[in-house]
This record gives sequence, structure tokens and C-alpha cells, in this order.
Amino acid sequence: MPELIPDLSTQEGWLPLAFMVMMGIAILAYVILDGFDLGVGMLLPLGNPDEKDLMIASIGPFWDANETWLVLGVGILLVAFPTAHGIILGELYLPIAMMLIGLTLRGVAFDFRVKARDKFKETWNRAFFAGSTLAAISQGYMLGQVITGFVGDLPSLLFSLFIGICLASGYALLGATWLIIKATDDLQMRSIRWAQNSIVMMAVGIASVSVVTPLVSNRVFHKWFDIGNLLMVWPVPVATLATIAIAWRTLKRLPVRLADDNHYGDWVPFVCTCGLFLLSFHGLAYSLFPYLVVDRVTIWDAAAAPESLLIIFFGAAFVLPVIIGYSIFAYRVFWGKATPLEYY
Amino acid sequence: MNADPLLLSRIQFAANISFHILFPMITLALGWLLLFFKLRFNATGDDKWMNAYRLWVKVFALSFALGVVSGITMSFQFGTNWPGYMETVGNIAGPLLGYEVLTAFFLEASFLGIMLFGFKKVSNRVHTLATVLVAGGTTLSVFWILALVSWMHTPAGFEMRDGVAYATDWMAIIFNPSFPYRLIHTTLASFLTVAFLMSGLSAFRWLRHDRTPAVTATLRTGLILGAIITPLQILAGDLHGLNTKEHQPAKVAAMEGLWETQEGAPLVLFGIPDEDARTNNYAVEIPGLASWILTHDFNGELTGLNDFESHPPVAPVFWAFRVMVATGLAMLVAAWWGVIKLRRGGLPGVWLMRILTAMTFSGWVGVLSGWYTTEIGRQPYLVSGVLKTADAVGPVSGGAVAVTLTLYLILYTILIGAYISAVFYLALKAGSPEAKRAEPAAHGPALIPGVRLENA
Repeated sequence: MPELIPDLSTQEGWLPLAFMVMMGIAILAYVILDGFDLGVGMLLPLGNPDEKDLMIASIGPFWDANETWLVLGVGILLVAFPTAHGIILGELYLPIAMMLIGLTLRGVAFDFRVKARDKFKETWNRAFFAGSTLAAISQGYMLGQVITGFVGDLPSLLFSLFIGICLASGYALLGATWLIIKATDDLQMRSIRWAQNSIVMMAVGIASVSVVTPLVSNRVFHKWFDIGNLLMVWPVPVATLATIAIAWRTLKRLPVRLADDNHYGDWVPFVCTCGLFLLSFHGLAYSLFPYLVVDRVTIWDAAAAPESLLIIFFGAAFVLPVIIGYSIFAYRVFWGKATPLEYY
Repeated sequence: MNADPLLLSRIQFAANISFHILFPMITLALGWLLLFFKLRFNATGDDKWMNAYRLWVKVFALSFALGVVSGITMSFQFGTNWPGYMETVGNIAGPLLGYEVLTAFFLEASFLGIMLFGFKKVSNRVHTLATVLVAGGTTLSVFWILALVSWMHTPAGFEMRDGVAYATDWMAIIFNPSFPYRLIHTTLASFLTVAFLMSGLSAFRWLRHDRTPAVTATLRTGLILGAIITPLQILAGDLHGLNTKEHQPAKVAAMEGLWETQEGAPLVLFGIPDEDARTNNYAVEIPGLASWILTHDFNGELTGLNDFESHPPVAPVFWAFRVMVATGLAMLVAAWWGVIKLRRGGLPGVWLMRILTAMTFSGWVGVLSGWYTTEIGRQPYLVSGVLKTADAVGPVSGGAVAVTLTLYLILYTILIGAYISAVFYLALKAGSPEAKRAEPAAHGPALIPGVRLENA
């Protein structure tokens, strides 16, 4: 599509591209980071009361900062691509409201479950689970709607709902593999089983998106299946299959190793899952580029005025590395196995 | 009934922002007060400051969580319900919001974890630094968002090209005419909110026979803070009013219920504004006082509502303003009454304790009524003189907005109830015998300032 891409040496040309990359990083960071939070939230009912506290403790110090990546992602959409922002958020009105209600329930339940009276703790635990699940399914549903270009007919709604369940499974996989790192003993063993169950569903989800996207858009079909392009893009599906295989093998072997108190490789499933999200994200981005709304609005159509973009670009170029730096510091402070959350 | 998406979207945004603002108004000042407690403890080693910190850091965490989740909802509603806003002034609002996310949100959210749960994981110095960064991040966030809100009231530093605003001078945009006044007025309001929250909960604990040094320390902190801030706030409010008269005279006319342009305008103490008859019914007035307050001259001329091309709905602005002023005066009396008792070497009596308990959330009443005064006072514009609210609403159907509005209202009602009862419950639990047994760390050597805690 060279005719869609303007001269990249002008500000009007490269700034939208830079912001698209930034938005991509923010969304990917959100999906992986809050993905494991939401995943742990969905797995919460499977734990006993003590384990529930520990599961929450494993994400307690991070969830707030993790959720901020979503604000950055939607913020960049809002700031850099105001017209697309209006179209996309208008089309996704109800699923966004559902996601927000889910995120609200999850976020407040986190605090209320230990601060309200003990008799309400189980209620807030349920709210935590329900909020996490609702947010995850809504996000997947939105992804389905973006892929099908907001057609709004019954098949696309069902497809979107299916993607919702698959993304929720993907988050559950992130959550379970996160718990393999952060938990010990029985909870750790059971997390391995949860991960095995979720990875199947996530693989089905990746496969369906890979089949449906080219069918929906002729343009996407040619991007992947024209002979010239096929030679370029084949590593993506191959790497995806390889990553699933490695994760699967490790999940099979880990219980034996852990039984011998050998913790070697307990981080492998989590890293593989992150890799799967990265590859899927890469594939989707490749399919959609340069469109923000499938086959309708490109990043250049939707971009804000260059002088406004420039002032944020320089700020972001300076601030984002600092943010990444202190985020790593925050993770390092709470490195290692999760311990009960204490205020003092 | 036909659902009007404009009206419903306005109610929804109003509900959302009203719910949201309650919590930043607590965390803004409370962050700095937590730092104060921590520094007092570092300096004196007196356990009462650490005990106070322990309770209030939980109130902070709870308030912060509610502020974050409702803030995220707002960031989405710009796009879902008000796409015309970003399409028209996105070049101005975008960078301001962008800088809020980049410089404030990540800072506070990332260090919050360390501030709340990292006490045993990092040195006392790093923990104090985390507290500073969280409080500073919250303040920065208020700075950016109020710059944008103020710009919507008194836009500056831009030019319109083909119906879209383009920035010409960023310093003029950020430091627009009403920004310094709004920033000071809002920040002081936050400190007042927390002052009364703190003295109210402490009075509540005292009434429930929890009279430990931590309770009296926070009661004193709250009362003294309230007594200092209230007069400052009245002064700041007066200056803000003068600034509003200069830039948004129609809002001031609505606040005063002033229909006719006149010299020596009266202050309407009470009255029921009637927009059809364009007069106030049952008015009780003090002659010349409104002119004196706004022009510092009893015979000064004030422009009446009838002489503006458009003006905001009068009754809500008129009433909200009166509720705000009444709340401020009640705070002034209560705080000074308490401080006089403290000066005489004692504590407030039972009755004042009851009044303070009843005033625990009086800051919220003042904040909301003040917020309504200024925001409804900007109507019919969303951005004064640039964009009307009606022109910014999106194509979403009234039915969809009705569904989400109902869900949000249910959710917010439950959460407000849960929040208030949880805060009182936390205060009660902080004084229970189990809580005291569970706090041995405060007596150990681990908390000596500057000493790193080794897996305490």
C-alpha cells in the first residue's frame, strides 16, 4: 500500500508513525502486565482462603501501575488520533462500558476485601473475580470488533464473543504462569494445571484470528498470502508454533522438577506466554497497518496537528524511559516469591 | 419517553466526575499529611505518629483505588460520549492530558506499591522518598488537569482554523487567566476536606472511647489545619470570584442571582430564582453588599443576567454557590471552636466531637457544590466561547447511554456507601485491642529512622 503512506521525512509523515509505535508499546505493555493481574483475578475462586490472599499479594503492588498503561494507550489514541478515537470509542460504546465496570469492580475489590468488615470479604472476592472476567472478555470482544471492522452482524458478534473467551483464556494463562513464578507448594502445582488448560484455548483463539482476519479483508489476505510477502512473513506463525511447543513441554516437565525441589525453568512458561502475546500482537499490527479503523481510517487520516504531536513527542521521548526505569525498580523491590501484603 | 443522548450524556459525565473528584480531593492533601506523619515520626520517634500513619495510609489506599478506577472511566468517556470535544480542542487538551499521564499517573501508581507494601522491603529513606513521589505525583496530576479545566473556562494561547483550535502559546495555555486561582482554591479545598475527614474520624474514635495519643494527635492536626486553611480558603475564593467576574461575568451574575444590571447590587442571602419571570422570589437581600464584595465599592456596577447573550441555568448555580459558602462558614466556626478549646489546654467537649463527627465528609459537600458552581456556570459552553456542550455530544443512541448511566449510578451508589462505611470501620478497628496487639513492630528497634529493616 505505498500510496497510503505519505512522505516520512515531513513532520506530518513520521510523527503519526512514531505515535502509532508508542501506542503499540503501551497497548502491548498493558495486555501483558494487566493481563496477568486479570488472569490471577479469574483464577481466584480456585484458591482456598489463604491462597486467595497470596494470589492477590502476588499482584498487589503492581496492578495500579499496570492499569496505567491502558490509560496511556487510550490517551495516545485520544491525543494523537482524535478522529479515530471518536469513531472507535463510539462503535465500542457498550463493551467499553462493560470493561470499565469490570475494571472498577476489580480495582476497588482489591482494597475493600481487606478493609471492609470480614463478613463481606467473600463478596468482594467474588467482585474481584467477576470484575476481572468481565474486563477480560470485554477486551477480547472489542478486539474481535476491531478485526471485523465494526460490521455489527450476528456472525461478527459471535466471533467477537468467542475472541473474548479466548483472550480471557490468554490472560488466565498469563496469570497461571505468573503464579508458577510467585507461588510455592500446592498452589504452584495447581497453577501448572491451570496453565495447561488455558494454553489450549489460547492457541485456538490465535488460530481463529489468523484464519478470520484474511477472510474479512482482501487487503489483509494479500499481505500474508501473496508469494512475495509469504517469504517474508512465514517466521511469525512458525515462531508462534515453536513457542507454544516450548511452553507445553515445560509445563509437562515442571511438576517432576518441582517435586525434587528443582526450580529450574519455572519462569519459562510465563516468558513463553509473553512471547505468544508479542507474536500475536505483531501479526495483528502487521495486518491492520496503516489502518486504525479497518480499511477506513489510516493513522495519517486521523492524526492531530504536528505542532501538538511534537510537544508530546519530546516529552514522551524523555519521560517514557524514566517510567520504564522506575517500573523495573518497583518490580525488583517485590522480586521473588510473593509474601503477604503488609502496610508496615 | 424518548431518551435524549445529550441530556443523558451530561448526567452521566456529571455523575462520573462528581464521583471521581471525591477521591483525588482526599488523596491530594492526604499524601502530604502522610509524609508529615512520617517525618514527625522520623524526627521524634514517637509511636503515635506511626499509629496515625498506619490508619491513614489505609484510607489513602482505598481512596486512591476509587480515584484511579473512576478516573479511567472518565478518560474513556471523552471519546465515547464527547467526540466533538477532542475533534475541536484536541490539539490543546491532548498534550495537557498526555503530560498528566506521562508525568503524574505513572509516578504515583508505580511508587504507590512501594509506599503501601514496601515498608519492610526498602530502607526507611526509600520509603519516605516513595511517599514524597506519590504525593508529588498526585499534585502534578491536579496541576495538569486543572490547567485543562481552567483553559476550558478561560481559553488563551490558541487560534481557530476551520473550526479547530490550534495551540500558539503553550505558556499562555497552561497559565491561562483562571488557572492560578483555580489551582489554589482546589488545593486548599483538598486540605480542608482532609482536615475535616481527619478531625471527624478522630472525634468519632474519641466518642467510641478510643482516646490513645494517636487519636488526639490526628484530632489536633485536623483542627489546626482546618483553622488555618479555612480563612485562607475564604480569601482565595474571593480572589477567584473577582477573576471570574472579569472573565466570566455571566457566571458571577448567576451566582449572585442578579437579573438587572445595576449599581449598588444587593447580596441575595436567600431567594428562589425564577428564570421565566427573570426575578428572585422570596428574596432576602442586603443592599449594596454584592457590589462591595465584587468591586470593593458599595456603589459599584454589576452586569445582570438580562444583559448577556447567553447565560448558565441560574437556579443550580445560585444554590450550589450558597451551599458552598455555607459549608465554608460552618467549617470556619467548627475549626476555630475546636482550636480555642485546644488552646485552653483541653480537648473539645462531647458536643463539638459530635458535630465534628457529623462533619467528617463536609469537605465533599463543599467540593461538589463549588465544582457545580463553576462547571454549571460555564454552560451553555463546554469551552467558553469556543464550543457549546450540545455540539460536542457523540452519535451514541440515547438507549445505550441510558443503560450505561443506570449501571454507573448503581455501581457508584454501592461504592460510596461501601467507602464511607469502610472508612469508619477502619477507624474503629484501628482502636480495637487486636489492632494494638498486631502492632509490635512499632516498639522494636527496626523502626529507628534511617536503619534498614532486615526482614523484620
